[in-house]
Amino acid sequence: MAMSTENEHPVKAFGWAARDTTGHLSPFRFSRRATGEKDVTFKVLYCGICHSDLHNIKNEWGITSYPVVPGHEIVGMVTEVGTKVTKFKVGDKVGVGCMVGSCRSCANCKEDLENYCPEMILTYGAKYYDGTITHGGYSDIMVSDEHFVIKIPDNLPLEGSAPLLCAGITVYSPLKYYGLDKAGMHLGVVGLGGLGHMAVKFAKAMGLKVTVISTSPNKKKEAMDHLGADAFLVSRNTKEMELAMGTIDGIIDTVSAVHALLPVIGLLKTNGKLVMVGAPEKPLELLAFPLLMGRKMVGGSGIGGIKETQEMIDFAAKHNIVADIELIPMDYVNTAMERLSKADVKYRFVIDIVNSLKPS
Amino acid sequence: MAKSPDQEHPCKAFGWAARDKSGLLSPLCFSRRENGDEDVTIKILFCGVCHSDLHVAKNEWGFTNYPVVPGHEMVGTVMKVGSDVKKFKVGERVGVGVIVGSCKKCESCQQDLENYCPQTIFTYNSHYTDGTKTYGGYSDMIVVDERYVLRFPDNLPLEGGAPLLCAGITVYSPMKYYGMTEPGKHLGVAGLGGLGHVAVKMGKAFGLKVTVISSSPKKETEAIERLGADSFLVTSDPAKMKAALGTMDYIIDTVSAVHPLLPLLSLLKLNGKLVTVGLPDKPLELPIFPLVLGRKLVGGSDIGGMKETQEMLDFCAKHGIAADVEVIQMDYINTAMERLAKSDVRYRFVIDVASSLSQ
Repeated sequence: MAMSTENEHPVKAFGWAARDTTGHLSPFRFSRRATGEKDVTFKVLYCGICHSDLHNIKNEWGITSYPVVPGHEIVGMVTEVGTKVTKFKVGDKVGVGCMVGSCRSCANCKEDLENYCPEMILTYGAKYYDGTITHGGYSDIMVSDEHFVIKIPDNLPLEGSAPLLCAGITVYSPLKYYGLDKAGMHLGVVGLGGLGHMAVKFAKAMGLKVTVISTSPNKKKEAMDHLGADAFLVSRNTKEMELAMGTIDGIIDTVSAVHALLPVIGLLKTNGKLVMVGAPEKPLELLAFPLLMGRKMVGGSGIGGIKETQEMIDFAAKHNIVADIELIPMDYVNTAMERLSKADVKYRFVIDIVNSLKPS
Repeated sequence: MAKSPDQEHPCKAFGWAARDKSGLLSPLCFSRRENGDEDVTIKILFCGVCHSDLHVAKNEWGFTNYPVVPGHEMVGTVMKVGSDVKKFKVGERVGVGVIVGSCKKCESCQQDLENYCPQTIFTYNSHYTDGTKTYGGYSDMIVVDERYVLRFPDNLPLEGGAPLLCAGITVYSPMKYYGMTEPGKHLGVAGLGGLGHVAVKMGKAFGLKVTVISSSPKKETEAIERLGADSFLVTSDPAKMKAALGTMDYIIDTVSAVHPLLPLLSLLKLNGKLVTVGLPDKPLELPIFPLVLGRKLVGGSDIGGMKETQEMLDFCAKHGIAADVEVIQMDYINTAMERLAKSDVRYRFVIDVASSLSQ
């Protein structure tokens, strides 16, 4: 008979889980493994709410197995390290993002691309090496193999750095890979949410001119005055969009709803690149003529490897970049999920675990 | 009142034109401009039949201006050069491809990317700088600005070299631009027609492993034994497609009909590139998950600039690459077009203009 989640492992843990497709989260007792020789155990202080958490708890992708403790933008303070751990010590500020394991031997792992390893283990809802299901950061403690732990530099406020672990790397990695990181280039960012606002901040720090493309005219002031965007296009305003055609070197598209690519592709210069980091479930229409006539491309990208995630955090620390967040107590999480589904947040909810997660 | 085609210009010319969307071609008397200071006058010897000629003859893309004389894969000899012409002399073998003009000033033109100039003038069905219509290579002679004329290497056969001027550059350019030339890597070529068969030959010349991806099992023997492909994948064979998942570094997609992209994307490795050079007239469906999960990309490419087209011809001459052609007489052209619509050609028709075009 399978052990209950409370008894699977020797260390008691407490969090909030979704138990069915309503996605309603509630207190949940479970357990974590003892700190292995290569493990780092840390007290969770804050955890960002990623839109993937919402998709997952409602089983919108059809892969959820309940109960699920979400959360893959986790930051905290180290309480114990295994005997073979070399990179961390007790008291360090650390984070864990979307992955907690990979095969460590395939070509992708060897090239620091653990996120593309066919045996990559997700931080929650996946099967770990010991056969047990992983539980995420809406909880009081985390145990992770040292390899998948990120050091958070001292000058980064912890609450605002949590979302970097997913949203941050998700936009940083393609800016580098697709060469959209050179000062003077013109970057477009479609969608101004958790991912989008991070893309604006990173791109400005890299010296790019940034245009935000959004369906919401009321985001313009924020985008320009607060986030530092150079221009703002309302995608439904065909005249504005037409005037901007052929002016942008690369576009990061963060929108995960189905939407038209043609107007976005039209904004690109010759040789322009459209990078999808949002993942609509249905295919999008692609017209061949505009792609060919301008030698344009549409590419994708998904999070980033551990080495690059650390590089991104260090870059953020150097430029004092953190996410704009709304800090919430644990018991607000269901309301937060409802608001998130309506994009009613500037721009990430972060759960104040340390101050509000109390075993009931 | 607009002048008729045979009165517009001082030099008489003769060719075959389509006059309506039936696409049927028949003789047309028209005229070419006087040879200007920067112009080269060319007697056309051979002209390849590109699938685009068929699309335009039948107005399938919706912008044909009849009558249209198609043909943008022509080779011939220089009859006359203007006083400022530096690169060519009378008697030389030359080629003319898809473009005969551009603005020469924009960023694209300055980077030898005349094909991406917003004011590109196409060899046929465009308007020249003097406002008159351009007529293509299904004709006896053509007058072209020196910048858009290619030197035709001596050791390239005329008939087999003609299709390189469109088909050849259309696959060569993206292979270079998207980095599909690293020896030992694995290239997939989707579609084995005019473009596809040249892509196989070039892929082998670059030292790549080449797999042809096709819906026609009967093309397999040819692909492997004659064209030199290393393997052949039939898209309707689920077991073989499954075994090939995640094995290709890049794919050139030459298919011009609407077709699903997901099976092709699935054949790519991490960071794989699918480059589409065919021009379906309806939208394709692009699944996003495979792009995100495998950091893959779908890119486009459209012919190439003049400098690169010359580079491509020289590359083909060096590696002995020419198209596999069926040489036809001018009056066979309508039958050829019907056969082309059914992909019944190995792999390009080439019109023997000099021998068969007579008034």
